[in-house]
Amino acid sequence: MSDPFDKLDAAMKAATPEPDRLAKAKNLNLAMENFDQLQGSPTPARPTAENRPMVGRLMAGVSSMIQSLSTRGGLVATTAIVAFGLIVISPQGRSLLTPPDVVLPSASTPKETRLRNDSDSQLSEADGETALGENTAASEPVFVSPVISQEMADAPASPTGTIAISQSLSKSGSNLVGGIAPMPARRLDHDVAPAQTNTEAFSNEAPNRLKVTVDDPVSTFSIDVDTASFGVVRSSLHNGMLPPADAVRVEEMVNYFPYDYTAPDSDGAPFRPTVSVMQTPWNADTQLVHIALQGQMPAIDDRPPLNLVFLIDTSGSMQNADKLPLLKQSFRLMLGQLRPQDQVAIVTYAGSAGLALEPTNAGDRAAIIGALEQLEAGGSTAGQQGLQQAYSVAETMAQGGEVTRVVLATDGDFNVGLSDPEALKNFIADKRDSGTYLSVLGFGRGNLDDATMQALAQNGNGQAAYIDTLNEAQKVLVDQLSGALFPIANDVKIQVEFNPATIAEYRLIGYETRALKREDFNNDKVDAGEIGAGHAVTAIYEVTPTGSQAVLNNPLRYQADAADKDTSSELGFLRLRYKKPGGTKSALIEMPILPEVSPTSVDVQFSVAIAGFGQLLRGTDYLGDWSYGDAIALASTARGEDPFGYRAEAISLMRLAKSLSTD
Amino acid sequence: MRMKTSDEALAKAAANGDRDAFAVLLKRRYDGLFRLAFRLTGSRAEAEDLTQDICTLLPGKLRAFRGEAKFSTWLYRVAVNAAHDRRRKAHTHARMAQSWGEWEIAIKAEQAETSGQILWLNEAMTSLPDDLRQTVALVLDQEITHREAGDVLGVSEGTISWRISQAKKHLQKLAEREAGQ
Repeated sequence: MSDPFDKLDAAMKAATPEPDRLAKAKNLNLAMENFDQLQGSPTPARPTAENRPMVGRLMAGVSSMIQSLSTRGGLVATTAIVAFGLIVISPQGRSLLTPPDVVLPSASTPKETRLRNDSDSQLSEADGETALGENTAASEPVFVSPVISQEMADAPASPTGTIAISQSLSKSGSNLVGGIAPMPARRLDHDVAPAQTNTEAFSNEAPNRLKVTVDDPVSTFSIDVDTASFGVVRSSLHNGMLPPADAVRVEEMVNYFPYDYTAPDSDGAPFRPTVSVMQTPWNADTQLVHIALQGQMPAIDDRPPLNLVFLIDTSGSMQNADKLPLLKQSFRLMLGQLRPQDQVAIVTYAGSAGLALEPTNAGDRAAIIGALEQLEAGGSTAGQQGLQQAYSVAETMAQGGEVTRVVLATDGDFNVGLSDPEALKNFIADKRDSGTYLSVLGFGRGNLDDATMQALAQNGNGQAAYIDTLNEAQKVLVDQLSGALFPIANDVKIQVEFNPATIAEYRLIGYETRALKREDFNNDKVDAGEIGAGHAVTAIYEVTPTGSQAVLNNPLRYQADAADKDTSSELGFLRLRYKKPGGTKSALIEMPILPEVSPTSVDVQFSVAIAGFGQLLRGTDYLGDWSYGDAIALASTARGEDPFGYRAEAISLMRLAKSLSTD
Repeated sequence: MRMKTSDEALAKAAANGDRDAFAVLLKRRYDGLFRLAFRLTGSRAEAEDLTQDICTLLPGKLRAFRGEAKFSTWLYRVAVNAAHDRRRKAHTHARMAQSWGEWEIAIKAEQAETSGQILWLNEAMTSLPDDLRQTVALVLDQEITHREAGDVLGVSEGTISWRISQAKKHLQKLAEREAGQ
């Protein structure tokens, strides 16, 4: 160690840390985002005015610079920052409303603007930008667009296109306002109009068809505890419209409601199937086979600690009152349900993916609420990068025995990067095995990309719920939080084999998007739905007994008469497969479906009323003359205790649908 | 697939809007960039902030990359300038001056066995005047020649060599003082 310089080299090498993995991922994302922004947006932004808050934040940054820099040099620097902003935005003048903003890093250092000026730098190759900017800065209306778009979001533009410069500018530092010219009017007509466009996309399949038992005796599907469809139906009806038929997934409507089916024994399987057979309300010649699964409710008091990563869409389209603001209120409600040992982190995605809240103990409510309140909508949506970051944060939080879940809150739009539901699906499916669950909460209407939400939740072992009111938030995030967050059985599959001797035809009501191939039932690699703590899952078949006059198909003349071979009176045989959370091998539950028609509980009756209601909304030939009035009558007699008033609400929705359908 | 493409080719492609090229390039260079940021600042937190600054700036800067310089040289120049910008802010400067001093306290806890060496490193770096420290930080990586360091800092190769010799003298004096104690 004679040469001190060698010693210094060695010491430095020893001391230099490796880059932090999280920070690295974040910084790489940030750079990619900025890169994309600078290229302009190849995917056209959504018609809503979404870039305003991003520019607004930029302004806030500039304004805080103005306040904090008092020296001459500081003011020069400020001018240069404005100039830099201009030179980036101007070439994109074709769309002032979607300026390629430089993305600001996440909220951890809000006080500093990252848009550095380089007027003093010796960097010759980059200097051109800055110099050019300085010459043109002062007189140009650089930051006008944000204000306009703010107005647009709230109200239609006036025909003349004259719009007051308000709020964000006047707040942002008076020395800038003087230099800003009003927005050219011609932009407005062009950019406002599409704001009305509805870009919703729903995921559904054609209603299940009647199957002939002799031809196709086996029916296989995955359970579905999503409730999103009911929320969408409700919000449509409240808006005075019947829901789009494809928005109606009957099983999600049925499973929206809590039912009090027979609970499992504490030492047995995590859920208990109950099968009942009843007369079909809408067809005197058929019967319903009602399959109810009741999940056990583990003792809440000793539940394992919970790690939640909220992945929050802060894109511009989220700024409506029924989106981000409702989301904030909803999560505040939820915080009350968490224990001090639970951990919460918040990742946002829009423009840049960012960690808005480091993993924080739920006991530190002030910090969590503070971070929530900081969120504001702005930028376009980059769903996948946010997901990647959320999963990597979740991985850092996960410890043995804890339940880790990413809760994605979005209006469903993933329009930057991987917008293809298939590709997102694959990404989520890859992550599923890490043991981190994904729940998807949908907010607001107009952009709702139901197909993507479904794809994500179904592939992420999670639940999709649609939150349109604070009441719904209360239901999903407070009353039924444990079911939403604590899985008790994974990959639950149902297979029913009908007996051709007793059942001529059958039809599964709903579950169209959950159909599985017959051979998938025994294949543990095939993913299926999850049951959460206390969840009830209902599946209903409408079956036509042999010899009934309701049989729609004639028997085949040249087919071996399978019906004669089986003299059993059973209607069929029910098989269930499920895995314990974290397990890879499935367990099997089997039971025969017996033909006795037994008196049914109000829970069963109510679920049937909802199934009928859902089919009416979807439109089906199988219900005959059965009407909304009949659904109302059936549901009203089956209200039961209804402690939360969900059933009463459903009945009033039926009434709304009845009125709307007779228009 | 593009792992063998040169930095310069990637940078030029990225400057023309090739997203993949930019991603490959940045991933390839990130760790080195972070280590330089550490040597320039002397604290992990500062290094991370500085790296973040650079990542934020880079896409815009890159548009001006013409391939006239070696990419690493160009990148380090961006880094040194970004560090300079950070330092120019008064409060950051104060923090920075402390960094090389405070920093060992945190490190010491986790790396007790090397603490002597780190104390010495801290003392050695702090004792160097700003321009020498900056030069040393660049050259220590050994990926960069004196001529390239000269390009980064906008001085001649001779100046770099002179600064390094000055730095060595500093360290020599420090060593003598230590030996004398």
